[in-house]
Amino acid sequence: MSGLLQIDNLSKRFGGFVALENISLDVAGGERLGLIGPNGSGKSTLVNCICGTLRNEQGSVRFDGRAIDGMPAHRRTHLGLARSFQLPRPFVSLNLVDNIRIPLLYTVAARGTHHAADYIEDHCHGLLREVGLEAKARQLPRDLTQVEMRKLELARAMAAEPKLLIADEAMAGLTHSEIEDILALLVRLNEHGVTVILIEHIMSAVMSFSRRLVVLVSGKKIADGKPDEVMRNPEVERAYLGQ
Amino acid sequence: MRTPSFLIIALLVGGLVFAAALAVGNDYVFFAGYVVLQYVVLSTAWNILGGYCGYVNFGTGAFFAIGAYSTVAVYKLIENNELPHAVPIPVLMLIGGFVSGLIGLGMGYLTLRLRGAFFSIATLALAVVLETLVVNWDFVGGSRGAYVLRPETIAYLGNYVRYLFLIMLLLAIASLVIARLIERSRLGFGLATIRDDELAAEASGVPTLRLKLIATTLSGALMGMAGAPFPYYIAYLQPDSTFALDYAVNSIAMPLIGGTSTWIGPLIGSVLLGSLQQIITVTISSAVNLLLVGVVLVAFVIVAPNGIVGLVHKYLQHKGDDFVGRRHAGLDAPEAAADAGATPEAPS
Repeated sequence: MSGLLQIDNLSKRFGGFVALENISLDVAGGERLGLIGPNGSGKSTLVNCICGTLRNEQGSVRFDGRAIDGMPAHRRTHLGLARSFQLPRPFVSLNLVDNIRIPLLYTVAARGTHHAADYIEDHCHGLLREVGLEAKARQLPRDLTQVEMRKLELARAMAAEPKLLIADEAMAGLTHSEIEDILALLVRLNEHGVTVILIEHIMSAVMSFSRRLVVLVSGKKIADGKPDEVMRNPEVERAYLGQ
Repeated sequence: MRTPSFLIIALLVGGLVFAAALAVGNDYVFFAGYVVLQYVVLSTAWNILGGYCGYVNFGTGAFFAIGAYSTVAVYKLIENNELPHAVPIPVLMLIGGFVSGLIGLGMGYLTLRLRGAFFSIATLALAVVLETLVVNWDFVGGSRGAYVLRPETIAYLGNYVRYLFLIMLLLAIASLVIARLIERSRLGFGLATIRDDELAAEASGVPTLRLKLIATTLSGALMGMAGAPFPYYIAYLQPDSTFALDYAVNSIAMPLIGGTSTWIGPLIGSVLLGSLQQIITVTISSAVNLLLVGVVLVAFVIVAPNGIVGLVHKYLQHKGDDFVGRRHAGLDAPEAAADAGATPEAPS
């Protein structure tokens, strides 16, 4: 049984700057993977290459048994790859319910499941309730705080009913109890069979969530394994704490 | 309101407009009214791409002219083969719409990877290229222009200009119905996400390129349809005035003045500004026209950046320029409004 996501020797350059170098990564269905690394280590670039926002020059990405290199981002989303953006990118002219409605109208419908308008409406409210934004369902994204926008971002990614959800720093700026809430949400999703890749700076969150940890430093993968073992890895310690 | 009832009401209003124009008893009303209606179509068509999708097209004149020159081409074809002039204007409009739609699709493919000002410049360039082609195409008259003889009268209506007015009125109604349909459909939601954030739209599964192509094709086709009867209206078609920048400027200014995020904005803007232009042309001079557009536009950009619709909404809501989010207020369920708690929804 091969993995859900297979990244093979992926490299990405921006001009002369090597953002990612020969990254290989296999993610099996149902995993809870933490992806960490210092700022500028290439985490978001990797996400962008997986999701089709950026094109990788080298290497290949396979998802669910299909090569998805060169595939436009929306088709990848249709296949079951959803992500939240590190800097929230809400649809500013649509209210919260409509923000959530978009993936239901376009992604879930593209898979051949056509839901009735009532169901979609209820489902949107349900998702907003899960992230604690139900009270602001009819407001515009600009009425939200940064923290709430992150929650909206996550809810929108969840609405696409993905097989693999990539949460790119969904918890930055959240309080301790809010982090607990989001983590519980992600664990619940995972228990329902969604593979989750969590990119995060908050180590306590990563450590409590992840069953496997991958560390990127300067565009290279320097560690991959069980979280506590990875954290003991001298290379990782050096990257995080200095010599 | 459901689309069939909207259509019936629109047709009734259209009927009233036509009856009122007849009641005035002066055919100049039809002559001037035709231009206003033409702008209703052009600005509604522009708004499908510019307002809903956020791509500012400066090529309205080109699409309009393609429609007009399609008619000239058909006319010349008939004339050169000594056939009777029996092609009805609605058929010419379909032909013009088809050709313009095709050009719209092509333009979309070539330019939609550009964003913002670059897209606008590309559409402007397209207009210049097409004008050059027409100027050098002798069959449709080249730079000399082309004469199209229109019948003096038509059965039942009398003066032919009344017939043209009626046709443009129907096209205006059709384009408003189309715009309203788009606004409330999946397509409308998709176009709005493109306007807001294309990366996020793609990540949510919206096929942005395909949707943009649908928008350019539809928008172009409607503009072409508005242009198709024009040779019969003006009788002498000349590239300079048909490709004029006035069309582009007006069809941008009108939705901006009315409000770009609903179908009613372009309607309000074009009726107001279009009528004002017609009145000024008669009472002062036609040269003051564009000056007026400029002044009104600057005033609106400063005072009411969301147009008249925005002003009205602001007045109803007493709450800043919040109107952008009320697009789908019609879908709101009562309990959802109650859920919103602290911020009661204004009736809309």
